[in-house]
Formats: sequence, structure tokens, C-alpha cells
Amino acid sequence: MLYDDPESSTARRTLSASARLLRRMHLDGPLLAALAAVVAYGLFVLYSATGENLPMWTNQLERLALAIVLLVLLAQVPPAWLRRISPALYAAGILLLLAVMVHGDVGKGAQRWLVIGPLRFQPSELMKLGVPMMCAWYLHDRPLPPSLRDVIVVMAIIAVPALIIAKQPDLGTALLIGAAGVLVVFLAGLSTVVIIVGLAALGAAVPVAWHFMHDYQRQRVLMFLDPAQDPLGAGYHSIQSQIAIGSGGVFGKGWMNGSQAQLEFLPERSTDFIFAVIGEELGLLGQVFLIALYLAVIGRALYMASEAQDTYARLVCGSLALTFFVYVFVNTGMVSGILPVVGVPLPLVSYGGTAMVTLMASFGVLMSLVRHRKLVGS
Amino acid sequence: MVRRSVRIKDHWGEQRLFIGRTLFAGVAAMVLLLVVFGRLFWLQVMRHDYFTDLSQGNRVRLEPLPPDRGLIYDRNRVVIAENTPAYQLELTPERTADVHGTLQRLAAIGLLEPDQLAPLERLIRAGRKFEAVPLRLSLSDSDIATFAVRQFEFPGVEIQTRLARWYPYGASATHALGYVAAISEDDLKHINADEYAGSSVIGKLGLENTYEGELHGTAGSRQVLVNAQGRHVDRLGSAPVKLGTHPSRAGNDLFLGLDIRVQQVAEQALAGHRGALVAIEPATGNVIALASVPSFDPNKFTRGISSRDYAALRDDLDRPLFNRALRGTYPPGSTIKPMMALAGLEYSAIDPRATRFCRGFFTLPGSSRHYRDWKKEGHGNVDMRRAIATSCDVYFYGLAEVLGIDRIHEALTRLGFGVPTGIDIVGERPGLLPSEAWKRETYKQVWYPGETVIVGIGQGYLLTTPLQLAHAVAVVASHGKSFRPRLVTAVRDASTRAVRQLAPVAETTVDLKDPSEWDIVIDGMKLVTEPGGTAAAVQRGAPYKIAAKTGTAQVFSLGQNEKYNAKTVSERLRDHALFIAFAPADDPKLAIAVLIENGGHGGSVAAPMARRVFDAFLLGKFDTTPVPPSSREDATLGPRAD
Repeated sequence: MLYDDPESSTARRTLSASARLLRRMHLDGPLLAALAAVVAYGLFVLYSATGENLPMWTNQLERLALAIVLLVLLAQVPPAWLRRISPALYAAGILLLLAVMVHGDVGKGAQRWLVIGPLRFQPSELMKLGVPMMCAWYLHDRPLPPSLRDVIVVMAIIAVPALIIAKQPDLGTALLIGAAGVLVVFLAGLSTVVIIVGLAALGAAVPVAWHFMHDYQRQRVLMFLDPAQDPLGAGYHSIQSQIAIGSGGVFGKGWMNGSQAQLEFLPERSTDFIFAVIGEELGLLGQVFLIALYLAVIGRALYMASEAQDTYARLVCGSLALTFFVYVFVNTGMVSGILPVVGVPLPLVSYGGTAMVTLMASFGVLMSLVRHRKLVGS
Repeated sequence: MVRRSVRIKDHWGEQRLFIGRTLFAGVAAMVLLLVVFGRLFWLQVMRHDYFTDLSQGNRVRLEPLPPDRGLIYDRNRVVIAENTPAYQLELTPERTADVHGTLQRLAAIGLLEPDQLAPLERLIRAGRKFEAVPLRLSLSDSDIATFAVRQFEFPGVEIQTRLARWYPYGASATHALGYVAAISEDDLKHINADEYAGSSVIGKLGLENTYEGELHGTAGSRQVLVNAQGRHVDRLGSAPVKLGTHPSRAGNDLFLGLDIRVQQVAEQALAGHRGALVAIEPATGNVIALASVPSFDPNKFTRGISSRDYAALRDDLDRPLFNRALRGTYPPGSTIKPMMALAGLEYSAIDPRATRFCRGFFTLPGSSRHYRDWKKEGHGNVDMRRAIATSCDVYFYGLAEVLGIDRIHEALTRLGFGVPTGIDIVGERPGLLPSEAWKRETYKQVWYPGETVIVGIGQGYLLTTPLQLAHAVAVVASHGKSFRPRLVTAVRDASTRAVRQLAPVAETTVDLKDPSEWDIVIDGMKLVTEPGGTAAAVQRGAPYKIAAKTGTAQVFSLGQNEKYNAKTVSERLRDHALFIAFAPADDPKLAIAVLIENGGHGGSVAAPMARRVFDAFLLGKFDTTPVPPSSREDATLGPRAD
């Protein structure tokens, strides 16, 4: 309500200086506060999860600074401008993805990186913004709920990059990008009938997908179904992660005292499996606290989306907020053993710059879209 | 704006739709996160104990602490089996930059054999980087010196010390002590694997085997913190970790009745022959010396024997691994005669003062077969005393005939023949004391009187071990009081240091109706060492009286395991020499049985050996140069072949 009528002179007097500054910079105070809490908590946990590796920790801090700068910069971009460049962004993303297919750098067995001069760059990250923006752009001036034809077009917009990325192979990112796009359609009012038919089709597609999956991906699915069948092999991640969480109990073993994490029984402890470190060292309370912070971020972002003034802004903001939720859910689900192991980091907490920068950028976009006011009733 | 659509964009409707969808998505998100929470709750609250155990098992390993093996002392509290440091050369791969070059250079200074390098390198590559690999199991002092001055050239190579069994007297008393060696798969079947988790050796023979339960001790354990690679770490995060240690309890020490100095005198006396000498204290059954010659150095076994060395021992024609004192069975020959005399007295089958005329041979009634006396012209009139003193065969042929095989069997059983004596070392053989029943069962044949006759002079089926003979002499010396032969007299508890004395184990006494008749047999044995007796020389110059009996046992054929060898066959067909004795005759302190394979006549070959042992034990005369405890270097072996 605070921002509801900032133009009135009485309200203006009640604004504090910092709130005025935030407003002028098109930033959202509550969302920033929630993000800051998540990031601070993440840095605290990361110090322990890296095994007191100070260089890694400061490295993460640097990337965080870069990500925040990007957030602030993106918040300054006029929303109309964002909408207008959406198709160009999307097209550039597709081209870069194709370039990766041909010229990409191989890292961890997958072709994801594009090296341009000193920059190592993952075009798939660009698509995390590009896909929802393109979908929203396409639906922006069409009547909603979307017609079947529009749905098909949007699905094609989503499928092209998602399939290219899945082929890299990077199932986690493909999943997130697909989700971001599908969420746009869902928020646009995709009819329930189509949703049900779509889910059924998805079910039918499972055997087909299985056929096209890489061996390691199949292994992960199999391991998810029965991790005990190969405790030292493919099921190792899942088993060790559940041991870490389970042995943490309600209060945890104490910061930097998790034996699973500190003695390296837990693989990927500072990246994809950092949620297990939280579970082991800070217990159920530590995990619930983080989930609560995430809920604050998601809730605020969704609220902001509902405040947005045009279709494009609403769809992009809603999709970004819910994609953030997908991150949280897929990662915590995988670490606690209710979802198969896919490479999705714990947002804003896992070690790694790319996801951090992309996520902060998406919040920058979100703030730009909502915090630039224009006269209602355009 | 309307494009290819009849519908008009309804902004308010769209916003309501969007808010509806957002609310739905928000609720769905909450529900899904609740599912995650439920999962976390299940893991952390419901199954917390289960996962705590798993995580504990992940990080804490139990490392066994092997106990120190108990020591063995002789009767004068001289250590004859102990634990000393053994030095082994180890290499830790992660601290050695150039494994190949390091091994080459170790070979160049003579610490490794060139043909070992390839297998060692494979072994090193196969192991974990932080776990030391033993390159060589035992180093001599000079090896240690060689390495010490160049250690800086070999980063990652170190000398490790561990305790290994050490027998300071080397080959001395090996057949009594036994030895320890690597635990075999066979051993694993009947030991508690937990107790031996940190131990690499187990008692294989002799006392080391019989008293394994006392000597081994109780294994302890130590909790160690390990990381995912199994490497030991000393801390976890910021907090020091409390790890329990359950110390091991050393094995108990054994005190023997055996006197290592007397033992060495006996072994030196027998040196150069194949044979055995057993000396027993009649009043207790304590074994003072138990020699089986040739012997072998058990230290080779404790520190890893090479297959070449083992083959040499195993295939030696003189069979050093064979415990002749316990497992060698020989016809007792004339040494059985005092026992036969006792049997006659027990059953009152003969009047010891009555004389029998010996004309040089004996015939059974109704038979013309001559059983010859060793003295062709005969001994003339002999009573029991004279018969023992002169070893008159004819007298004992007659006595055996009168007694009959079954009474002989009964009487000799009481003296310990035909059954194990029960000494506290495993592997003892019972010998063979024939009877009618035995022959019926074994050969399905009846017993012939002629077979009884030759048993009277210790031939025929009768077989005894040197230990049985020594035991029987001890029983005679103490007028029928019998004690089970034993090596261990006391056990010292490792933790309380309390010494538990083991009481001598009394066996059934051999009774004569007229106890004064013991002196008849003993007098006969005293006469043996008088001028005119068969072992007069043994008494010469001795300040104490020796009661004795000589024996000579015919060798019928080569042993089954011996190969025909033209040079040795004639020697190996010679008679076995036997000698039994106790002294001082009127207050017996020591009873001895000596057996020398193919030694010829007992009086001339075996008797002087017994005399040296008597002198040593009774007079403290260790006239032979005492062998000092051998230095560790003597027994150091090269690297193991396997």
C-alpha cells in the first residue's frame, strides 16, 4: 500500500529518504530485503560447505557484487524497451546456442560454454530470460486466454531452445527454460483442458524421452527410483545426501561440524548439494528457515507480478517468480531424494557465478517491469 | 487491437485471470514445498537415528590395536621368547614423486633385489596414495645404517618399527617353544577374527601354539576419524572430535621349568647327530631340557621365511622340522628292561632274587627257535639285579613269557607307554604298546608267544618316544610317583603381574606290593654304571651316583620319507643308540632319556651326552662354551620371495 499512491503529496512526506531512493532507482525494497537475506545466509553456509575455502568464498562474493550491479542496471531499463528487444534477445540466444553446438567448449562432459575472447559464456543462461520474455512478447497483444494456435506457436518458441539445450546435454537448464516458458502460457490462462491433455501427452512421451536420453541421464533416473542398487556408483550422491540431511536432525550438528560435508562424503557439497550441508549442520530448522526466505522472495515477486500493468510485464514477472520456485523445488527435492538428480543449483546459495548472475538479472528485469510506473489506462 | 480474432482484448478479464492463475500457482508452490518439508521431517526426525548411525559409520572407523604377546621365561627367569622391534622399509606413494626412480636407487644401494622392482611397483600403483606399502619386511642393522645416511635422497621412504617375536637363543629349544607365523586360512577357521584383527601372527607349534590363549592377550581398538577417501584426519571442522580408545591387554607371560643353559648343553652334546634328549625333574614332572637335533631357527618364521629357506628345511634329509622328542617313535631296546622287571614285580610273576641260567639263547617250550642273547656265550646265573646290570636278554625273554603280553601291556601303560604323556605341547605321538586285542584289531591275527618274547627286550611291535622313556625313568626314580611332564610351571598375569603357580599334575602311582622291591630295580640300574656294567664309563669322575640303562634298537628298514642314497644308507641302517638314567640315584633330581638315531651302542654314544646334562644341572658345570643370545642380525633374512 505504501507505493500505491506515491504521487500524492501527503504520502510523499511519509516516505523515508531510503524509500525515495529505492523508488527513484526503480527497486523494490521488500524483494531486495528478502534477496539480501537469502544471499547472506547462503554466504554463511557456503563458507562451511567449501571447507573454509576463503578464495572460493571471496570469489562468490565478487560474482554476487557483479550480479547486484546487473540487477540495479536492468532495473533502470524502461519496460517498453525490454519488451521491444524480446524477439531480438530470443533470436540472438538461438544463434548463440547453435554456435555452441558447433564451436562450444566442453566442460564436465557437456557442450555448454561459448568462449568469446576472455569471456566464457553459457548462451543457455541467456535463454532463461529470453524464452519467457519472447513468450510474453508473443502473447502480449493477443487476447487471452490464448487460442490453441497461439499455444502451439508459444510451445514451438519454448521447444526449440529447450531441445537444443537438452542435447548439450544439460537437462537441468532445459527443464528450467521449459518451465519458464510453460509458466508464461499457464499464467496467460491456458485452458484447463489443454493442460490435462498436455500432461497426458507428457506421460506418453516418457518412453520416447527415455529412448533419447543419454546413459548418465537414464542412470540418474534409475538411481532415483532405487538408489541402493549401486551405493558406491550412481546412487552415491543421493544416498550420501540423505545421510547428511537425516543425521543432521532438528538442530543440526553445528556450523562447520557436519561430518558428511567436512569429510567429503557428500559430493558437490558446495554446489548442487549445498542444501544437504544446511540440513546436516543447521538441521531441519536451518532448512525451514531458508525455505521461508525463499517463500518470501517468491511471494513478493508474485505480488509484484499481480501489480504489473500490462500483459507482457505480468507474464514475464509471474514466470520469473515461479521459475525461481522451480529452482528451489527441484533442488531441494533432488537433495532430499524425492526427485531424481538433475543439475539444478540451489538458487543464490550454491557456489557458482552463472546462476547467481542470471537470477539477479531476472529480478532486475522484474523490478524494471513493475517499478516503472506509467499512467494507468493506456 | 484485434488480429485474426473475433475476440476483443479484455484487460480487466485478463488481469483477473492472471491473478487467479497466480494464486493457484502460489498455492501449488506452497503445497510442493510442504511435500519437501514432509520429506525433510521424515529424514531428520523420523529416521534421524538411522541416518546418524550411517553417518557415524561413514566417518569413524575402528582400528584394531594388537596386544603385545606374552613373554616366555626359563626356570631362572631368563627370557627365551620376547618381542623386539623389527624394522621394515615402507614407501608412501603420495610423498614420493618418482616411484620408479626411487625403487631403482634403493636397489642400487642393495636394499632391494632387482627382480622385485616390477612387482613392487605394481603393488604401489594398485594401493591408495596415502597408505604406506612395505618394501622389505626386515632390515639388518647394516641395512638400517646404509639407509639412514641416504634417507634424504628418498622422500616418502621410511623405516617403520613394529614388534615381532624374537627367540634370542635361536634354534635352541625350538621344538619346545614352537614359533609364531602368519595367520593362515586354516587358523582363521577356529579363531575369533575380532581378537586377531590387528595381529599378523599366531602360535604355530610347541608352547606358542598350546598356550596361544594365554600368550595372545586381548585386542583393543581405537576409533579413528576418516574422510571419504579413507584417509585419517584429526579434526572435523572447528571442533576437536572425541574418539574412544579401548586399549589392548598384553598376553600373559609363561614361566617354564626348562633351564636354557641345560638345554644348550644338551643340544651341544647331541650336535652332529640326529636324536633327542628329554630331561625331567622326577619330583614335579617339570621338563628341564627337551632337545630334538637337528633344530632350526624359529626367527626365520616369525619375520617371514623365504620359500627357498623353507624348502631347504623341509627337504633336509636330517629333518630339522621333525620333533623327535615328541613325535619320533623308536623301539626302546634294552632300556625297557627295568620296566619289564617292574612289571614282573607288580604281578609277583617272578622272584627277583631267584636266578636264571643264561646260556646265550632262549627257547619257548615246544619250539626249537633260538632267541639269542646279545652275549653269545651267555651270562650264566643272573638274578634280576644282574640281569638289568648286564642287560641279559635271556632273563627278560623268560620274564616276558611268564607275564604274557596283556599283563605287559597293563604294566607298561601305567608307566606311560602307548599313550601320550599329556605334556603341554601339541603333536605328541602315543607310540605303540601292543596287546592281543590290538593285534586282532589291526592285523586280524592272533598273538604269537614269540612276539611276547621279543617285546621283553624292547623289540617287536613296541615303539616309544624319547619323552615317554624319560617320563617312565622319572617314575622309576621316584619309586612309582608319577607326574605328567610339563613345560609351563607358572603364568604371570599381564595386568596384575600376579604369578599363578601351576601345581604339578599327579598321575596314577605305580604301586609294588613290597615297596622295598623298587630298590631291586634301581640297584640293577646302579650296577649298570659300576665297573662291569654296560655303561661303566658314564660314572667315571662323577661325584653323584647315576642309575642307568643302555639300549640299542635295531633299524629294520629305511623310513618311508627317506630317499635311497648310497653314501648315507649304510649309516642309516645302523642301530639306534638309547640311554636312560637318573641321578643322584638315592635322591633323584633329574631323569634323562637320550636317543641317537643310527648312533650304534647306547653306552658309548648316548650315555656321555646324558652325563654332560647331569653335570650341567646337578653341578652347574656348563663346560661347553655357553652360546650367548644370538644378535638379531644373524637371523635377518633377505626380502621375501613372494
